[in-house]
Amino acid sequence: MVEKKDILNLDKFSIKEINDLMNMADSFTEILKRDVKKVPVLRGKTIINLFFEPSTRTKVSFEIAAKRLSADLINFSPNLSSLKKGESEIDTLKTINAMKIDLVIIRHSDSGYINYFAKNIPVPVINAGDGKHEHPTQALLDLYTIYKNFSKLEGLKVAIVGDILNSRVARSDIKLFNKMGLDVKVVAPSMLIPQNFSCFNAKIHSNIEEVISEADVLYMLRMQFERQDKKFYPSTKEYNEFLSLNLSRLNKMKKDSIIMHPGPVNRGIEISDEVMEMQEIVKDKIKINTQVANGVAVRMAVLYYALS
Amino acid sequence: MREKATVLNADDIERIIKRISHEIVERNKGSENLIFIGIQKKGVPLAKRIKESIEKITNSEIKLGKLDISFYRDDVNEKIKSDVNITDIPFEIKGKDIILVDDVLFTGRTIRAAMDAIMDFGRPQSIQLVVLIDRGHRELPIRADYVGKNLPTSLNEFVEVKLSETDNEDKVTICWI
Repeated sequence: MVEKKDILNLDKFSIKEINDLMNMADSFTEILKRDVKKVPVLRGKTIINLFFEPSTRTKVSFEIAAKRLSADLINFSPNLSSLKKGESEIDTLKTINAMKIDLVIIRHSDSGYINYFAKNIPVPVINAGDGKHEHPTQALLDLYTIYKNFSKLEGLKVAIVGDILNSRVARSDIKLFNKMGLDVKVVAPSMLIPQNFSCFNAKIHSNIEEVISEADVLYMLRMQFERQDKKFYPSTKEYNEFLSLNLSRLNKMKKDSIIMHPGPVNRGIEISDEVMEMQEIVKDKIKINTQVANGVAVRMAVLYYALS
Repeated sequence: MREKATVLNADDIERIIKRISHEIVERNKGSENLIFIGIQKKGVPLAKRIKESIEKITNSEIKLGKLDISFYRDDVNEKIKSDVNITDIPFEIKGKDIILVDDVLFTGRTIRAAMDAIMDFGRPQSIQLVVLIDRGHRELPIRADYVGKNLPTSLNEFVEVKLSETDNEDKVTICWI
């Protein structure tokens, strides 16, 4: 039997395979510009969206991606399911599996749960957000967004700012960016840096001012309040002083540099209201909506990869 | 792979391009409503050559698109394809007579996929098919309108088309697998 193609993280993907996925995303980007934004390549395949944790963009993005490829997608809402009657999650999964699904997209707040899940189901599983661990499709769409903007990757300077401790986006991004030859720095106070962070190849700064003028990509992370069981930061005021992007810092950025954020933005915390309101005016600089748009093409590539 | 025989050399291919160009102009009474679409990869340079040849004959300008049919194939489960080529049809095809170009016509499945893809871009007036080699063994009811050379083959033979744009020489050979 051929090994099923789970995408739980991107560790086993070679540089060439990552580039292949991005080329494929390019082809899908072209399809998304057509009048008929749909190709029949996954016709007859059934995909289930299993989100045990809230999501807007990732869930909808996967749903659009699946439909653009002509697959049938079913949204599973744990809150309206037999889980509420006390069925265990693993039994729920076996029930779903009995219905002959071809692929499962899953998000769960317990780190590592998705790996356990993937081991117990014979069809490919795509990680759409694994607790504090990994978010591989976000990392791919971030990389693709950077590549489309600069037409290169090697040597670009990326500064990832904010809640590194609780962010699966940060972990997946740092690993993928390093693999692809980008130079990654993180900006966070020590209480928002995970233990054993030295295993990641990224220099730590504590003040955004230290990196603002040299970064090609300023990657603002969302404060993960839902994952913070204690208060990690004394006050919004202090966060603003050391970590936030505001108008005066925007002006210090390199010409041609870009700003990214995985969304949803906590306005007034990671990014000030004023800067958010400038999105339309400086759309060459603020790439948050481009990330969302690219997400569909990248997820089409991922689904195509996993099912072909 | 052992080379068996050369089927067409550079001069043969040039003559075929000229002949087919004239056939297309004759059948369409000129080139006014024509659009060329080459199927990636080898169909693209062939389409370009025929298009340029017709432009000289009718002193006109004709549009050329490129089409990759990977996402329209009916055999994704059997073949993994990671090198997807670009599709580039940046113009209206509604009401046009499309000259679809590929190098080798075999089972007909590529052409079926290409026609589905074209229909997603709009409703052309007609689609006419040009192939350099027709090697037989059709699995679908599809035929070419303009054929460079009919080449009876067996299923364990392989037709290799080399074009100067991609392979530095113009040559068609037939090989054993």
